[in-house]
Amino acid sequence: MDLTRATITEIAAALDAGSLASTDLVEHTLRETGRLEPEVHAFLHVRDRESLLREAKESDAARRSGGVTSPLAGIPVAIKDNICTIGTPTTAGSRILEGFQSAYDATVIEKLKAAGALILGKCNLDEFAMGSSTENSAYGPTTNPWDPARVPGGSSGGSAAAVAAGMAFTALGSDTGGSIRQPAALTGVVGLKPTYGTVSRRGLIAFGSSLDQIGPLARCVADAALVFDAIAGNDPRDATSADIATGSACDTLHDSIDTIRVGVPRQSWGEGLDAGVEASVRSALDQLGPAVAEITAIDLPLLEASIPAYYLVATAEASANLSRFDGVRYGLRDKQAGTLDEMYKRTRGHGFGTEVKRRILLGTHALSSGYYDAYYLRAMKVRRKIADDFARAFETCDVIALPATPTPAFPIGEQIDDPITMYRNDLYTIAANLAGLPAISIPCGLHDDTLPLGVQLMAPRFEESRLLRVASHWEAKLGTLGRPPRISANGGDAR
Amino acid sequence: MTTHYEAVIGLEVHAQLMTRTKIFCGCENRFGAPPNTLVCPVCLGMPGVLPVLNERAVELAIRAGNALGCDIRSRSVFARKNYFYPDLPKGYQISQFDQPVCEGGHVPLGDGRSIELTRIHLEEDAGKSFHPEGGGEHSLVDLNRCGVPLIEIVSEPVIRSAEDAYSYLVNLKRILEYTEVCDGNMEQGSLRCDANVSLRPVGTTTLGTKTELKNLNSFRATRLGIEAEIARQEKILTGGGTIRQETMQWDADRGVPVPMRSKEEAHDYRYFPEPDLPPLLLSQEKLRAVRDAMPELPDAKRERFQTEYGLREYDAGVLTDSAQLARFFETVVKHFPHADRAANFLMGPYLRLQKEQEGDDLLPVEPEALAQLLALEKGGAVSPAAGRQVFEAMVRTGKAPADLVKELGLEQISDDGALQTVVDEVLAANPEQVAEFLGGKEKVLGFLMGQVMKATRGKGNPGVLTPMLRASLEAKRG
Repeated sequence: MDLTRATITEIAAALDAGSLASTDLVEHTLRETGRLEPEVHAFLHVRDRESLLREAKESDAARRSGGVTSPLAGIPVAIKDNICTIGTPTTAGSRILEGFQSAYDATVIEKLKAAGALILGKCNLDEFAMGSSTENSAYGPTTNPWDPARVPGGSSGGSAAAVAAGMAFTALGSDTGGSIRQPAALTGVVGLKPTYGTVSRRGLIAFGSSLDQIGPLARCVADAALVFDAIAGNDPRDATSADIATGSACDTLHDSIDTIRVGVPRQSWGEGLDAGVEASVRSALDQLGPAVAEITAIDLPLLEASIPAYYLVATAEASANLSRFDGVRYGLRDKQAGTLDEMYKRTRGHGFGTEVKRRILLGTHALSSGYYDAYYLRAMKVRRKIADDFARAFETCDVIALPATPTPAFPIGEQIDDPITMYRNDLYTIAANLAGLPAISIPCGLHDDTLPLGVQLMAPRFEESRLLRVASHWEAKLGTLGRPPRISANGGDAR
Repeated sequence: MTTHYEAVIGLEVHAQLMTRTKIFCGCENRFGAPPNTLVCPVCLGMPGVLPVLNERAVELAIRAGNALGCDIRSRSVFARKNYFYPDLPKGYQISQFDQPVCEGGHVPLGDGRSIELTRIHLEEDAGKSFHPEGGGEHSLVDLNRCGVPLIEIVSEPVIRSAEDAYSYLVNLKRILEYTEVCDGNMEQGSLRCDANVSLRPVGTTTLGTKTELKNLNSFRATRLGIEAEIARQEKILTGGGTIRQETMQWDADRGVPVPMRSKEEAHDYRYFPEPDLPPLLLSQEKLRAVRDAMPELPDAKRERFQTEYGLREYDAGVLTDSAQLARFFETVVKHFPHADRAANFLMGPYLRLQKEQEGDDLLPVEPEALAQLLALEKGGAVSPAAGRQVFEAMVRTGKAPADLVKELGLEQISDDGALQTVVDEVLAANPEQVAEFLGGKEKVLGFLMGQVMKATRGKGNPGVLTPMLRASLEAKRG
């Protein structure tokens, strides 16, 4: 079995059959990580071999004694480093949390552990999930496994690269404005942002609290569905968690889709969309067409306005969310300061990176007396209108299809000094966060035969089952990309 | 011609709610624990934590609103109030801003007048900072109080004097205690008062520049502080000066308001809706359930004490003055079903001793223990005079009344022979008084009875002694 390509379903079957052991998965992962990390830098922390092997052995023993039912049992999972985990550092990619150890596991980690998964390590990200390239990490950028001169996207760039490079079988990311789907698209993997409120945010270091959702990055749609089923569900410790039983997405994954209506926003084909991306997405739609009832054009008139609305709402919330990093109780504290005010200023001045400071300032300004109505309140109005637009659109279609990103992966350093251009990477992804909708990016081919591209699907709230079903059928037409050929040397069979 | 000024006062009262746990986490809500022992990741503001609203806190806020005649909003919204301070772990306080849980209402002043309320909102308390003397460069923070549920009760700026502010606070405290919303302990900070004070020429309606007076930690401080602030402002205005908008702190030791920080650079708290908490929606059923569970209010209790226990209006008023005393009385009566005797004891020896100890708090005696003492008295095991001695010993030692009666040798003497000996001795020792009695001076009987009781150290049974003394005197007429 090629462990760099195998799906979780295949691996679980092999584990059940006894032809593969969890310890093999750990060995494979650590070998590949050791080989590829110097170039990719997808991880900020990989757990030590002894602990991982001990847990793998326990998992194998439990399986032999019939104590394993979850398909995730014994499988190492990589975790974005803004999700709190006991026993490893949790830094959010920030200097201000260097070496920080969480006193508790995020709910999603509790759930993964309950399903028997092993926590492999913590993945690189843009500091506090603020960015679209993973260049904003205080611990250095992650490179794109398809081209080390290019970014993997962000902010879940480490999670995406770990899966794309075959180091991880699956990973958790977080998505505030596209931070799962955009890197998934740019690295050729599947990325799912669930409906707001479906997956508990408890233990996710907040960026934009009303937008953040945790979701999987995976080798295929079925794997994403498996992980989603494991982490979804009401959490009484998260007041924004929905108390709605959505059922298992895996159970209906292969049901027929021949009555599904697919809406494609006219606004998708606007300015800024790379011609190669457009061609690839149109071709993908052509392949989906015959499988579904119909493909129709719809309108999302405020798609363009979603960017400014998002960068006000998200930064406003972030400006408050990041206030707790003040040097008083944990994390970095400037020891030179003579007064309290100076301590705050120096700690936060040294602890936060440029982009984080930019967003704190932006959000603080948007909430300031005299500007609140013009910025924050207006942005919230746009947000409501966008949600209304989606509601109207879903009267005539069951899912919406559109590009995941306007361009393929861009070179490292190209946009880092140009925030406005950088923010445009989120053009197609942000609206789902503003409206709280579930959305998924799946690979739809290679740009110039070298760089992966993704196509995106959105569904009404809590319709993950429908979303994943259509995505799974579409994926069957488009195929998965597998590992980039350039790094496949020496990879492969565990045995 | 001199201008006369009138004061315009608005009060902001913070009341800690009597919940078992904090408002957004499961930590215990308790005063006096060692620093930083009642904390968890949520109230410490650790990365990734989320607030979950304590339903009991909501119920108590509604209860306060009901007791004060407020409108309860069916939809209210939590908001973040942003500022940096070491005792505020998240860098923002979760409060309510433009959509509070209660609006309107009023606090009675006890003389038929009342003061209108603007609003009551729910919020979380902050921790406490300490700047120990000799602590060098260091300050200390105790976060036990972080996340303790509060309601802030905001009055309209319609209070005109420090005296009325005082009455407002007394009556508000009483209602909050009565409804078991807040324990009203100002020393421990469960009830805290800030005052906004401004002056304006009598006859005008525009508001003058106000100052905010903080640290009014007792009824006394509230009255004295506001009086002093009014005097300070009046002096400035009369001298032709202008009032600076600033926050003052009441220095109770020196008896002066001291400026804290200037509000020239007004704080911008950048309120916005708290995204971690959905709007608080209150159904009609919920409101009804809270209303049904509402404890009895002072007026209703006073009336019930008259009808149920047959107390006089005045007595019922005294016993229902504080919720604690009323509760204490009812518990005593439950175990000793003679309301008149219980009431007499509470209004007599009990309250006298409480007053001597200069406290508003109940004496450290369990109501069950007092019921036992009253039962001993009624059963004749101990005389009323000795009972008072036993009671004082109970307060001092916390021992059971029956044990104390034995320990102190205060068993009532009802034995005729023993008492007759005492009476004879007293009469022999006081021939003048005996002669006066025989001469028709009935009053002397009281004196002689006192001497007899003294000789028995209060243990003599008055029911036996009174007729015995009279009979012995009459016998001397020959």
